[in-house]
Amino acid sequence: MTIETTGEARPGLRPGGSSRLRTIIPTAPLSVVLSVLVAFFFIVAAIWPSLVSTHSPFATDLFNALSPPTPEHLLGTDDIGRDLYSRIIWGTRESLLIGLGAMAVALAGAIVLGFAAALAPRWIAEPINRILEILLAFPTLLLALLFVALLGPSATSLLISVGIGTAPGYARLIRAQALKVDRSAYVEAARALGHPARSVFLQHIAPNAFRPLVAVVALGIGQSVVWASGLSFLGLGVAPPSPEWGALLEAGKANITAAWWLEIFPGVAIVLVALAFTQIGRYIQDRSEGAAR
Amino acid sequence: MTVSLAEAIPIGNGRPRRRQAATLLQRVLLRIGFALFVLWGAVTTVFLVLAILPGDRATILLNITSGQAIERTPEELAPINARYGFDQPIAAQYGRYVFGLLHGDLGTSYELQRPVLNIIREQIAPTFTLAIAALALAWVFAIPWTLLTAGRSQRLGSFGSAAETVMAGLPQYWIGILLLVVFAIELRWFPVIGGTALVDTVLPTVTLAIPLAGFIGQSIRSEFDRTMREPFVLSARARGMSAAGVRSRHVLRHALIPAITLSGWAIGHLLSGTVLVESVFARPGLGSVLVNAVSNKDFALVAGIVILNSFIYVVINLIVDLVYVVVDPRLRGSV
Repeated sequence: MTIETTGEARPGLRPGGSSRLRTIIPTAPLSVVLSVLVAFFFIVAAIWPSLVSTHSPFATDLFNALSPPTPEHLLGTDDIGRDLYSRIIWGTRESLLIGLGAMAVALAGAIVLGFAAALAPRWIAEPINRILEILLAFPTLLLALLFVALLGPSATSLLISVGIGTAPGYARLIRAQALKVDRSAYVEAARALGHPARSVFLQHIAPNAFRPLVAVVALGIGQSVVWASGLSFLGLGVAPPSPEWGALLEAGKANITAAWWLEIFPGVAIVLVALAFTQIGRYIQDRSEGAAR
Repeated sequence: MTVSLAEAIPIGNGRPRRRQAATLLQRVLLRIGFALFVLWGAVTTVFLVLAILPGDRATILLNITSGQAIERTPEELAPINARYGFDQPIAAQYGRYVFGLLHGDLGTSYELQRPVLNIIREQIAPTFTLAIAALALAWVFAIPWTLLTAGRSQRLGSFGSAAETVMAGLPQYWIGILLLVVFAIELRWFPVIGGTALVDTVLPTVTLAIPLAGFIGQSIRSEFDRTMREPFVLSARARGMSAAGVRSRHVLRHALIPAITLSGWAIGHLLSGTVLVESVFARPGLGSVLVNAVSNKDFALVAGIVILNSFIYVVINLIVDLVYVVVDPRLRGSV
């Protein structure tokens, strides 16, 4: 039902989109341009890792085990001589997919709960509001850990757990947005003109409540990658032979006194993705608020 | 709002002060009732999640205690089910669980076969110390930083806020690793494997404080910028007060209010953030107990720690809100 509405909402938005895009690009600040480049690099790495990597992620080079960064091994090697740079590149796909998947799980739940809490009749909305208040009393990590305990450590359970852990916060955001749109003058006008509730929702409330979500999605992907890698780092997510970023950190723990690069660089990848997507999200948020004014 | 409510409901002999006290009491009671409701909800959520979702608890329990991972026959499972009451209807189990909680009984750990409350009591001290120290340090970072950069030139302000965004966005575990590599491994100022002595607490505290300082700084800054435009700032300057004096005495005091609310929220998140930080620094505490419990599916222990965390969170937020209602007369008009 909700997926349908986005599909119907988009064609209406499209004409403004491309021309607006052209006016945005030259005025974007340097940090946003850099963020887009970083995000683009990691997206290429996720889709086509062999294009940007230098070695196979599983090829061992025992003569160069635990080598610090050199021209041959850009970011050094691990305890059995695997090239760290290439492993980070090959781990991009799994890390980003878990982040995207968690975001999708969170958003699906948050959209249903958020809209219901804002727009449903009182006897449905009130209990949902109370449930949201209860869920917000759990910190993200604890809620995620509760589900990891149930589902056991794996990429799928990571995705579901992080999604459930972050959903209440997004639900509250969407509820606030839907309430704001619901109380606006144009929705009141549409109702006064006698439009049925269904078409008021599809034509006015849904498109205007969904637009700010683009920024939320960008912000959320970065955060989901951070949470998911954190759980893998605790040994509760993807297990070490995989080059997922959190798993790389977990595997490097044993050699931290001898090989700092194994713990620092996978973290740099996580931080870059988080900051880049956050920056892009903030920028979209500011722009769309400016357009609304 | 207050006036109309007080007029609508005649209380006592109608003297204004007593009426005001009555509405204040009403608000306080409402707030306490809400806190109790959230607590009940948290307990119920944890119970339902663990009771209804897949995974036969008796099998898990038997496998944890014996260190094996095999299918069990119904004959083996029956005594376990009877002992822990897993064979009773959900409603009866729920009643027993809540009854136990009200009597301070958080259940028995599946793995360690000891009361969950005792395990928590032994491990909570280092974790709680860490969380409180991190909160204090975050304030120590955030206040001078905003005083120096907020409400001055555009450029300084955007630099300050960019630094806060980066700080707030950094994952705690990576900050921890970075500090560990630089200060413990390269410079050797601190031990690599941590205990709970003061010297072992420095790096974990800084690790937790950095992102929190970013959040608190952002919150102080936006309120600071707003307050700088208030008329009382101009009037204080006109009375001949120095710019620095106005900023630190008048503006800062107003700007701290949302940040104090944020601190109440932060306590719950700090306690869970210690999970990651304790893992980085190999520091004993509730966090490492929780990670172990999660990976071993020790549901009783996981549930106990999660419920304790939400209990602390709810109580601290209740205290923060009540202090506001009592201290700030403007908040008495609305909840």
